Amino acid sequence: MIEALISGLLLGGFYAILAAGLSMMFGVMKIINLAHGDLAILGAYGVIALTTRTEMSPWLSLCIVLPVMALLGVLLQRWLFARTLRAGILLPLLVTFGLGAVLQNGLYGVFGSEAQSLSNSLGDLAWENWQLPGGIIVGKLPVITFAIAVLVLTGLQFMLSFTKLGRSIRAASSDAEAAALCGMDAHRVHQAAAAIAVVLAGLAGTLLAMQATVSPYGGPTLLIQAFEAVVIGGIGSLWGTLIGGIILGIAQSMGALWDPQGFQLAGHLLFFVVLGARLWRQHRHQIGRPSLSTLFKLRLKKVRRA
Amino acid sequence: MTYGKQIFLTAAAVVLLAFVPVFAEASVVDKITTLFIYMLLATTWNLMAGYAGLVSVGQQAFFGLGGYFALRLVDGGFSAYPALLAGAVGAAFMAWVASFYLLRLKEGEFAIGTWVFAEVIRIFVMLDPLIQGETGTSLIALNAVDPELRRSIAYWFTLASLAGMALAMSVMLHSHVGMAARAIGDDDEAAASLGVRVLRTRQAIFVLASLGAALAGVAWLGSAITYLPRSNFGVQWSVVMLFMVLVGGLRSGPGPYVGAFILFALQEFIGHLGAWYLGGLGAAAAFCALFLPQGLWSVMHSIWTKTFHRKSSRRFITALTKRTTS
Repeated sequence: MIEALISGLLLGGFYAILAAGLSMMFGVMKIINLAHGDLAILGAYGVIALTTRTEMSPWLSLCIVLPVMALLGVLLQRWLFARTLRAGILLPLLVTFGLGAVLQNGLYGVFGSEAQSLSNSLGDLAWENWQLPGGIIVGKLPVITFAIAVLVLTGLQFMLSFTKLGRSIRAASSDAEAAALCGMDAHRVHQAAAAIAVVLAGLAGTLLAMQATVSPYGGPTLLIQAFEAVVIGGIGSLWGTLIGGIILGIAQSMGALWDPQGFQLAGHLLFFVVLGARLWRQHRHQIGRPSLSTLFKLRLKKVRRA
Repeated sequence: MTYGKQIFLTAAAVVLLAFVPVFAEASVVDKITTLFIYMLLATTWNLMAGYAGLVSVGQQAFFGLGGYFALRLVDGGFSAYPALLAGAVGAAFMAWVASFYLLRLKEGEFAIGTWVFAEVIRIFVMLDPLIQGETGTSLIALNAVDPELRRSIAYWFTLASLAGMALAMSVMLHSHVGMAARAIGDDDEAAASLGVRVLRTRQAIFVLASLGAALAGVAWLGSAITYLPRSNFGVQWSVVMLFMVLVGGLRSGPGPYVGAFILFALQEFIGHLGAWYLGGLGAAAAFCALFLPQGLWSVMHSIWTKTFHRKSSRRFITALTKRTTS
């Protein structure tokens, strides 16, 4: 039970990295990239291919693959996403979904259907763990993943708060037209955001391949989980994705205690509950009724008076 | 062509097509059944995405659910064919229930929400001991039917579903629902402010489209007999629907039929390439969405009018210029 809690918490770090990229693209360009999970898998396969060919450390090949992912992000933005932005809301969804199908089947065509992993190239780290008091075992790799997640999010937060690029990204996400009027180069900001998003996806995919396995058709599941983490944590907040990821991870590992299928099911159901609660609040707001929390407070006051 | 004439011609074509199993070979009948299933999926997805602006990536939920309900009913003692029909209606009912929640989601949220919904349904179906998880099951009751007859019934069932859905969609689009849908497709907030009941309209369209997907699902089960949760609830159905509608022509009547035909032809010729073929479908769909937003149907249509109606269009232009100058 406690072990499941801890593993769920650590899993949250992985989801946060994945979700931060999705959230970044949604914030800046207002598109939901349905190929985000497939880009993560692509990054993982890039690292796996490089590691097995050259026999260097996976960490080193990650350092080589990530700049390539950034370049890919810029190119995708320039050639694909920028075109979709001009025309309505349907087009980005349709095009990124098509891109996802291309990536999945392309990976299947090149690497075959077999699930692959980086754990063999990691040496002892793959199975080393720490023993906590009370006989609780915590793997080193999940802890490292969580630490990377916190580091990455802190770095992003610093970048958004203190650099020129960060300011333009924040300006673009709060009001793109006003930002453009103030002389912001929208194209460059969009390209930077896409590059960051794709790098984060590639990093998350590689971390997944270190802890578990990746397969060509695994992207959609990753996308769904990332989206769930974003929705649970609240759209547009960086640390919210970490909190959402942790809650999602804990729900999933609790669900897995009940049934192997429960891992995914618990996450999905939690997502629907959180989304439903938000919709309900919006609905109450629209028809001019106080939200449930305000009602509860009013009720408390009445009780106290009586 | 007037509306009545269109309906008459379609009805005549359906009656002619109904005689195909009498003289055609077994493999041909099977292939046309597959083509009709694709058409059913394409037209109903176009109804949603094209007319109501709902990009769903989760119609496989109803495709799979129809089959599951049919299997459950057969297990409970129903005979096979009524169970298939009832299964599709049951799935449409589930779509009605789910629509109260799903249709409140916006754009991208709706796309991913429907996808997650399909996943949840798949997991629940796989938890049912009847389906045996990943292994799946089959509609054994159909093995009792003579294969020749079974093939013909599957064909007629699909043809009737396709014709019925085409009629239902055309009636709907010519009614006030169609008018409201067009307004919503242009701008849903403006439509709502003019008094269009956005949710009700979308609900009608969503349920009808889901009924189409469910009919396709039970038709698929009726001709394939085996039921595998992973493939019946697979997201590849959405890839295929997206391809057919975008390549054929979003928001056009004949576009999805053209798209279904292209998909069918591609599968015949390069389907053996497997993953590369499916990846190519995704690429073609994205390409058409970007560069041919009206789809191939409109290209074909404009070439047709340019070659055969040049005189009349020239006359039209001269009449127009005369009117504007005078």
